[in-house]
Amino acid sequence: MGSCMIVTILDIVISGLLLGGIYAVTAVGLSLQYGVARVLNIAHGEFIMLGAFITFTLYTRLGIDPLISFAICGPVVFAVGFVLYRTLFTRLRNTSPTAGAFEGNSMLACFGLLFIIQNLAILIWGADIKGYSYLAFSVDFWGARFAVNRLVTLGFAVAICLVFYFFLANTRLGKAIRAAAQDPETAGLMGVRINQVLALCFGFGALMAGLGGALISISYKIQPTMGLEYTMIALIVIVLGGLGSIPGSFVGGLVLGLVGSIVTHVEPGLSLVAYYVIFMLLLLIRPTGILGK
Amino acid sequence: MEKKTSKRVFAIGLTLLILALAAAVPVYAPVYTVILITSILMYMIIAVSWTIFSGPTGYISLASAAFFGAGIYTAAILGSAVPLPLVILLGALVSSCLALLVGGLTLRLKGIYFVMFTFGLVELLLHFILWWEVTMCGTTGRVVPPAGNATVFYAMLTILVVLILTVFLIRRSRYGMALQSVGENEEAAAHAGVHVTALKVVIYSVSALFMGAAGAAMATRWTYIDPRIAFNPLISFVPVLMAIFGGIRPIYGPIIGAAIFTYLEEFLITRFPYYYMLIFGIIMVVAILYMPDGLVGLTRRVWKRMSRSRHAHT
Amino acid sequence: MPILEGKGVTRYFGGLAAVSNVDFQVEQGEVLGLIGPNGAGKTTLFNLISAAIVPRSGNITFKGKGITGLKPYQICRMGLARTFQTVKVFGNMPVLDNVLLGAFFGREGYVSPADARATAGDALDFVGLTHTAGALAKDLTLANQKRLEVARALATRPEVLLLDEMMEGLNATEVNRAMELVRMIHEKGITVVMIEHVMKAIMSVCGRIMVLHHGAKIAEGTPQEVAANKTVIEVYFGERADA
Repeated sequence: MGSCMIVTILDIVISGLLLGGIYAVTAVGLSLQYGVARVLNIAHGEFIMLGAFITFTLYTRLGIDPLISFAICGPVVFAVGFVLYRTLFTRLRNTSPTAGAFEGNSMLACFGLLFIIQNLAILIWGADIKGYSYLAFSVDFWGARFAVNRLVTLGFAVAICLVFYFFLANTRLGKAIRAAAQDPETAGLMGVRINQVLALCFGFGALMAGLGGALISISYKIQPTMGLEYTMIALIVIVLGGLGSIPGSFVGGLVLGLVGSIVTHVEPGLSLVAYYVIFMLLLLIRPTGILGK
Repeated sequence: MEKKTSKRVFAIGLTLLILALAAAVPVYAPVYTVILITSILMYMIIAVSWTIFSGPTGYISLASAAFFGAGIYTAAILGSAVPLPLVILLGALVSSCLALLVGGLTLRLKGIYFVMFTFGLVELLLHFILWWEVTMCGTTGRVVPPAGNATVFYAMLTILVVLILTVFLIRRSRYGMALQSVGENEEAAAHAGVHVTALKVVIYSVSALFMGAAGAAMATRWTYIDPRIAFNPLISFVPVLMAIFGGIRPIYGPIIGAAIFTYLEEFLITRFPYYYMLIFGIIMVVAILYMPDGLVGLTRRVWKRMSRSRHAHT
Repeated sequence: MPILEGKGVTRYFGGLAAVSNVDFQVEQGEVLGLIGPNGAGKTTLFNLISAAIVPRSGNITFKGKGITGLKPYQICRMGLARTFQTVKVFGNMPVLDNVLLGAFFGREGYVSPADARATAGDALDFVGLTHTAGALAKDLTLANQKRLEVARALATRPEVLLLDEMMEGLNATEVNRAMELVRMIHEKGITVVMIEHVMKAIMSVCGRIMVLHHGAKIAEGTPQEVAANKTVIEVYFGERADA
């Protein structure tokens, strides 16, 4: 009896960490875009969806291993984000009278992008649910079965976050990003080419989204309309972690993933509701989140 | 003085004429036209309601579909047990209560929380009601007894007229001024004695009121309602597009935008269903980039430039 | 009893004490100057009094009632108004509407449109801006925008008025006019607390001065006393005072 309980708990925890890892990767991306580039990208989920579908197409059409197609999917989504910032959002930055106006305008522009990207995807891939089978076998651990693809996805999610952390802490560009996050004006005065850094941040945010999407496609089914829910979740995660805190998004993602796993075990179909309850509690008690100022 | 009174008389006369023409539509026009104009009225109501709050304050609400859907669902639950006017009132009430809740939670904080919360509200309600119906009722969706096309038309027309009167009254009152001041500089408004949070919450509820009323009135249009039909993210997006494209400052800005885009949607939806959403998305981005004051502002600028060039010749 | 009083008022930003254990008393009808180098915590103190931010510890009383924890609109309606260091007028609204807002909302109870219009008109007249009533606030000069802020504050019928660097960015003539305005406000019986860097204004207009440095109060007294105070001289001119 006891081992059955342990297996269930282990299952929930691993599922939670998997979900949390994906949430963390995507939320860190959104945190970069909002926290540094000051764009509330409500089309974030569409970039996730793009990553998922690019990976899907590369695997089903060209047989390219999803874990390898990271190297294609990532840069492609990065490029889309980077170009969008350099053209669309830079122009908005120059024409918006105040910082608040820029935030509002850029959010609305993302609203438009949401419909553009989603419907392009529907036109290209069709509106149906798709999926593929990759590493879809299980291993046995302590009497419990674990899907290998899920374990691998979890591992890669953690790896991506660690790599990103080292990048932020140790490279020149990473330090420039952290400076820009703290104080864009001063950073600009100190020789950081602020426009370039902001565009790169937005691009990196899109990159994380794309990679998150690729990870999702390994373990779950995908659909062109999948983006909205992931955007909602990413928004809740960055509030939970603390607006403007990149490590906070990582922690928040893991926490929310665990919550989601527990709720799904008890009452599937209520996970989104549970996330929103957490959102409401945050708004009532601690809007600054776990690691926010 | 005389010029102003004659201008006012002209405006009132024109409005009454338009109203009379509108009221005559179900009598003389074919069914297809009645249905189309009802849709235009629906979008006008949602777009103008959205503008009441999000226009002056700059707090962008992405939850219009949630309030509209709440109205639809209220009507679906009440069914034919209750006469239509009461259904509409109850739908309005439910939506405004929902808005009170949302506003109370988010409007005391920075605007970004409001945007984020309202963004997910539609999907949340969809999931919740879907879960509720599956778990508690065993089935999803409800059947709504139909009402006549003319009835729905007149209901929507009435709601729109009441809405425009309300907007007009608010704008001319001290609360309209306070609302604008909150949008200009919230901190200064608070220090001048404006109870900023209460004002925002109340006005947000008022805007939701009309969206809920419209939803309740339109529910009879769809004979079968399920959460996916009632809570449609497009209803959050398209009215915002209409308001921004038309121009959010004057009252008639969203009205013009609604007329244009409803007709455009009608035209495109049958031929290119996914293309039209794509096109709307593109127009949104273009409007944000190049039309900060909407069509109204654009026409004003063009007019100014033209009259300037005319004067240059003399 | 002082009309405005603070005990042990403290506020941190991150790890830094912006205002540190400050006690202050403001007597009714006086003009109190608040000076100190940049970053001394003067505007933060104003923000704490007007409830724009909340103190970490300490309390503030206005007219004998504790006001810590109240919202800005409540404090305004009690009779405490302020202006801002970075001018906060409602740019896209007409000058008259800017002031009308204060007239309508700045007082307890219902204010009739006629009453509000009269109050607003008087306030505009008092600061000398009646001729600009129809213009948009953003089209005014900086000096006039600052006067507009004062008019809006006066329309709320305050007993205490906090002026935050009213003379910053003004030329010599405008400074003189501003000093005259402060004197007129004082003559009306309104208690004034003013943050200022323009020394001649502070010295001539204020009856008492309080000096802040690194968030703490380091001196207090009449203008002559403060000017002679060794600590104040050190703070402003460094050790070179002896040289």
